[in-house]
Amino acid sequence: MTELFNELFANQNPEYVKIWQNSVVGIAGVGGLGSNIAFSLTRAGIGKLIIADPDIVSTSNLTRQQYFLNQVGLPKVAALKDNLLNISPFTMVNPYPQKITPTNLSLIFGKVDILIEALDEAEEKQMLIENWQQLYPDKYLIGASGIAGVGKNELIHIEQIGTLFLVGDGITEIENGVYPTAARVAVVANMQANLCLELLLQKGN
Amino acid sequence: MPTITVNGQEIPWEEGMTIRTVLNKMNYSFRMLVIKVNDKLVKKEDWDSFQVPPGADVKVIHLISGG
Repeated sequence: MTELFNELFANQNPEYVKIWQNSVVGIAGVGGLGSNIAFSLTRAGIGKLIIADPDIVSTSNLTRQQYFLNQVGLPKVAALKDNLLNISPFTMVNPYPQKITPTNLSLIFGKVDILIEALDEAEEKQMLIENWQQLYPDKYLIGASGIAGVGKNELIHIEQIGTLFLVGDGITEIENGVYPTAARVAVVANMQANLCLELLLQKGN
Repeated sequence: MPTITVNGQEIPWEEGMTIRTVLNKMNYSFRMLVIKVNDKLVKKEDWDSFQVPPGADVKVIHLISGG
């Protein structure tokens, strides 16, 4: 195991990997954003990921989400856990196949260092942000708002208000002829993941 | 005269000003919002009662579906 660990992280900064191995990150929702975030955080060597989502993998998910044809019909959290284990056994994954509510929020995610909001509906995003920030005003929360469409890289940015960060263009909704596409969704997801890794290093130092 | 800042824009502060007053003044009608006053979150259920203090920094963020 130690040998595999050394080989896997051979070209990574050992100090960083050490901090990330000692970190716990929660991902609320494992669709287009969450599944991509989980892939990047596992590759970085995050010690523990807590993932929650009640959905099942559908064929149309494959245009944006990190699942495969032979996983259609499986619960997303179970399929994602399998995929992450195939990348690295050094990230422990705790899957919760359930919808996040104000009552189970702290039960599922109470132990995380950072929570990442990767939900689909604006209503759900609001519920999560409001309740989480009231429960844990000092913990970093990284959300996303405005991810649909193609191109327009220059509109994607990060807004920080205290411990809350929001990544996205803040305008593009999925509606009337505007569709989410893999590249742009993954850009936003990886900006969330990249920010998370940076904040963990700041905390760890 | 005391003022407050809403998303970087300075507006006059008024006695008894709530989050709802601010939203109306700014013509923000978007349904899904997150509001922070001086970096502290104010829940939707408190928008009618929360008194915005003079000098407050109010941030109104639009939440858009898609994940």
